[in-house]
Amino acid sequence: MAAHSSPLSAVSPGSPILDASGIRNALRRIAHEIIERNQPDLGAIVLAGIPSRGVEIARRLARLIEELAQVPVATGIIDVAMHRDDVGKRANLPMVQASRLPVPLDGRTVIIVDDVFYTGRTTRAAMDAIGTFGRPARIQLATLIDRGHRELPIRADYVGKNLPTAMGERVRLRLENVDAEPDAVWLIKEEKA
Amino acid sequence: MRWSRKDLVGIRELSAEEITFVLDTAAAFKQVGTRDVKKVPALRGKTLVNFFVEPSTRTRTSFELAAKRLSADVINISATTSSLTKGETLKDTAKILEANHADIIVLRHSSAGAPQFLAERLRASVINAGDGAHEHPTQALLDLYTIRERRGSIAGLHVAIVGDILFSRVARSNIFALLKLGARVTLVGPSTLVPRVFERLGVTVSHCIDEVLPTVDVVHLLRVQHERQRKEYFPGIGEYIRLFGLTKARAKLLKADCLIMHPGPINRGVEIDSDLADGVQSVILAQVTNGLAVRMAVLYLCGGIASR
Repeated sequence: MAAHSSPLSAVSPGSPILDASGIRNALRRIAHEIIERNQPDLGAIVLAGIPSRGVEIARRLARLIEELAQVPVATGIIDVAMHRDDVGKRANLPMVQASRLPVPLDGRTVIIVDDVFYTGRTTRAAMDAIGTFGRPARIQLATLIDRGHRELPIRADYVGKNLPTAMGERVRLRLENVDAEPDAVWLIKEEKA
Repeated sequence: MRWSRKDLVGIRELSAEEITFVLDTAAAFKQVGTRDVKKVPALRGKTLVNFFVEPSTRTRTSFELAAKRLSADVINISATTSSLTKGETLKDTAKILEANHADIIVLRHSSAGAPQFLAERLRASVINAGDGAHEHPTQALLDLYTIRERRGSIAGLHVAIVGDILFSRVARSNIFALLKLGARVTLVGPSTLVPRVFERLGVTVSHCIDEVLPTVDVVHLLRVQHERQRKEYFPGIGEYIRLFGLTKARAKLLKADCLIMHPGPINRGVEIDSDLADGVQSVILAQVTNGLAVRMAVLYLCGGIASR
């Protein structure tokens, strides 16, 4: 789920499930796994972030991988709004952003980077979007949080933290550079207005 | 903000924020044109009817291509092939289009207000592709997009619109849009076609193009509409060129980075010198390319929200 755009509820978020150092450790672990899984072609990976927090996470992962493996890593942006399956079913539409991927994609491994992995529909839309840029050798998925409740047969390759949730709960993620708040993840019970 | 309009009837009723929202969305759709597969599934399963009661090739083609790139199904109906010639009313024709499950109706009509009339009566989205001398909103949006792309922003720019303002829906939509986004607008032309009453809109009126050209960042030349002209308004081609045509000599008055725009089709040698139309300051072809992106954005936004 790229969009956490519901207005901030009045509920106090309580104590976070992950704080800044927890997020840092989770991303470091993902970076190690990406390096391990993609040898010897680490230079062929593209980290494609889903706006807006996925883009920031992709940027951080790229920097970590470059530090750890001394290999330059390409990043990109994959906006899924125009590939979603619920266009025409919403009362209003969010901003679409321009996608940007290094092309040609042939022979490359595109790693979709999302903040919270939920139904799988965003991931499906991202895979479709990537297909319009070319035919990568493979597509993988990295996510900071996997909250379960899949509606499609899709799984993540790299997970920062598995977070079992109920349907009525909401994962609230804040990242510096995106939200102007310190890094943290909360699990919040959605209050019906 | 989020988009919540089903119709685009005019620029006049849009806020500056909404205009900017469309332009930003268009930037995302312009990128689609650079992909291997220049098509996205956003409007898959929707039907768009291009309903052109007044002839047009470029606007209709642009809407058609935009719809196809969004995976919509497209039907084209022109005045001569529709039952309008048999006396059916506009509303009845539109009801029949809707009964055929048209989700989006793109309307070009010689009567001002026709799109508004349909928008209020139909569940389908109605997009104004030009109604009489009223508005041509997607043309203004693509003009603004082109200016913003070249100059970074609209606010603070000085834009001259030259020619037949009185009968021009392109001019009206551009005036509304430019003023909302903070540009300064000067209208230039013979007093018959550019009466002073336009100053009530918040623009400056001038009848002397040579005084205006050195001060502008954009010069927007309107087509001399031979088909609409009546003798009493129009000075005659030779005189028009001499007084208001952008000739090579006049172009020397322009700032080096001034953009030359024209909504097309161009009367080469009339409102603009032929070489200038193809010159470095001309963004006429960019306008066409951007028109596709802007129309994709408008169709996506208006056609993409749930029908009420």
